[in-house]
Amino acid sequence: MNIIFLLLFFSLLIAVVFLGAFLWSNRDGQFEDVEGPAMRMLRDEQNKSTTNS
Amino acid sequence: MEKEVFKYDNVATRNFLVATIVWGVIAFLVGLIAATQLFYPDLNLDLPWLTFGRLRALHTNGAIFAFVGNAIFAGVYHSLQRLLKTRMASDLLSRIHFWGWQFIIISAVITLPLGITSSKEYAELEWPIDIAITLVWVVFGVNMFWTILKRRERHLYVAIWFYIATFVTVAVLHIVNNLELPVSMTKSYSLFAGVQDALVQWWYGHNAVAFFLTTPVLGLMYYFLPKAAERPVFSYRLSIIHFWALIFIYIWAGPHHLLYTALPDWAQSLGTVFSIMLIFPSWGGMINGLLTLRGAWDRVRDSAVLKFFVVAVSAYGMATLEGPLLSLKNLNAIAHYTDWIPAHVHIGTLGWNGFLIFGMIYWLLPRLYQTSLYSEKLANWHFFIGTLGIVFWALPMYVAGFTQSMMWKQFNPDGSLLYGNFLETVTQIIPMYMLRATGGLLYLTGAVLLVVNVVRTVRTGTLLREEEASAMPLAPRYQKEEGEYWHRWIERRPVTLLIWSMVVILIGGAVEIIPTLKIDSNVPKLAAVKPYTPLELEGRDLYIREGCNACHSQMVRPFRSETARYGEYSKAGEFVYDHPFLWGSKRTGPDLHRVGGKYPHSWHYYHMKDPTIMSPGSIMPRYPWLFNHSVNFEDIVPKMEAMVTLGVPYTEEDVANTVATAQAQAESIAAVLNQDENIEVLPEDEIVALIAYLQRLGTDIKVAAN
Repeated sequence: MNIIFLLLFFSLLIAVVFLGAFLWSNRDGQFEDVEGPAMRMLRDEQNKSTTNS
Repeated sequence: MEKEVFKYDNVATRNFLVATIVWGVIAFLVGLIAATQLFYPDLNLDLPWLTFGRLRALHTNGAIFAFVGNAIFAGVYHSLQRLLKTRMASDLLSRIHFWGWQFIIISAVITLPLGITSSKEYAELEWPIDIAITLVWVVFGVNMFWTILKRRERHLYVAIWFYIATFVTVAVLHIVNNLELPVSMTKSYSLFAGVQDALVQWWYGHNAVAFFLTTPVLGLMYYFLPKAAERPVFSYRLSIIHFWALIFIYIWAGPHHLLYTALPDWAQSLGTVFSIMLIFPSWGGMINGLLTLRGAWDRVRDSAVLKFFVVAVSAYGMATLEGPLLSLKNLNAIAHYTDWIPAHVHIGTLGWNGFLIFGMIYWLLPRLYQTSLYSEKLANWHFFIGTLGIVFWALPMYVAGFTQSMMWKQFNPDGSLLYGNFLETVTQIIPMYMLRATGGLLYLTGAVLLVVNVVRTVRTGTLLREEEASAMPLAPRYQKEEGEYWHRWIERRPVTLLIWSMVVILIGGAVEIIPTLKIDSNVPKLAAVKPYTPLELEGRDLYIREGCNACHSQMVRPFRSETARYGEYSKAGEFVYDHPFLWGSKRTGPDLHRVGGKYPHSWHYYHMKDPTIMSPGSIMPRYPWLFNHSVNFEDIVPKMEAMVTLGVPYTEEDVANTVATAQAQAESIAAVLNQDENIEVLPEDEIVALIAYLQRLGTDIKVAAN
């Protein structure tokens, strides 16, 4: 059952990558605003015109 | 700071969308042909490449990687640009990605019906195609991360998190599960054997579902559902929790595919525990999706797109409740190997994947073509026919699975099996197979309506190839130095470094760990278990070529109902030379692990020629080509050498005598066939090698006991 160590290694590796991604994203302020992003993504149609902001 | 004007690339999205539709229809059609063969086996027309064992892999690969795969890419290319307010980083990479992926699919369409397969479910493609997949996947990843790096929106919307997790995890899964030693351009052996191979395969197999059919599609849900509903997602906070919890837990759930097998108990329990936990993030996602429609339910009545999304998200919820329940050992003991599992899977694929993709197509296509959908009514018809198709697909299979499982387990008062002949449990559920094919036909009919609608829509509009947009550039994070470009470049470096270091870790890890593994294998070895003879090895490859493992398991579970039917339950140590493992996941026919020595050679000869001779009413196809194709014994030599490299203890003498040993064993089988039943076969005929393998199966420990 040595294979379990390989799979644990890769599973943990992925977990660590995701943990890193989480820590980065948290520090980066990705999750500071939990209302705005949901609203903003609805609005991109307006960007076709340069006069809108 | 000035607003920057730029253009979105709609061509890549359109291309992937067209590919989705084309391959989708083909995958559904192949599925329908395969499903029909289960009650009308003659439909294979005695052609090898039309036979169930080979078509099944074509159907699954087509549905997963061609239909859903192309749809994911279409959705990602569309949403990523708009969420990040930037064009895809490289048009060239987008084109390479598109054509590379189609090339891979065409390779699959050619090789799988030819019987070129590694036998590992959803990873059947042989090693050159595996390498091509890796390269194209990297192209996709580079294009995506590069786009993320040149974004004009600091915040990464939750959909993008799902895309990133998909890229990272699929890369790792694909590489680890496809570590194989090539024998020729079209043949390779898995580096792992038996229990180990099974664990790696289902670690991969389960996460192919998790990170190919679930996370990217959730990303699409979080983009297209709010867009179509014109409502923000119910709770952005919940979507973030949903994401991190889901990706963390999913990766551990693989062993639930191996409950009651020879996999160690603790690994089975680990898989069960994580599977149960999965209910929470999964349902968090479902609730978030459905509640996004709060206050907009009246629009569902009028909008085909929203109808598709509602059923898709509901199917996701059903499948992700059922999955954890099926991971409980007591329920798994009933459902495993039966049609319950395909029913469960198809709620996910037909309902969740298919309907979300259909909704996305109906929403996206008119926008790309600057027009409105040709017929909303036709789309509604698609919705109702498709939904009926899912019902007709799944319900009969639930009935079939439960019925058959109960029949397998029933005993007479005297302790003998009530349905001692496996075939009785098959003929009982054939009406259900017919209903299921009806469901498939309905689903395909719906997809044909989609094609009509799409063609008419495209004709009325023109493709907006370059869509103009504008946004403020991303403000540099630190203001102390001037020269904005330089700052942005600096900002990119840690992320680039992160990506590259990950790639390096993966390669380094693989290179270091795999040889270590090969030196000492911990699976309890049984002295009686010996490597296959050269002829048996060749027969095993024929078993793989024909996809026998699509319908026959080689894993007797430790239940009285199974030991009474098949014989001694399967031990981990019996599979140490099985590169790859062939435990199977479905018993459309009986388990074969103890079939060796159960019947005379002639039984197998007649049975492979026409199964109904030995088992009237059997739904197994005929294999006439095994009787006029011949094996070249010289070809077995490199296979033996490959096995030696993989650690199978053949001596130098064994390898040197490969041809002579194979010839002698083949001649002795041919002689027995001739003596018993006056059957004339050439020792080189493929059927002889297959009989050699079948007669060896599971016999080593019987020999030791005698």
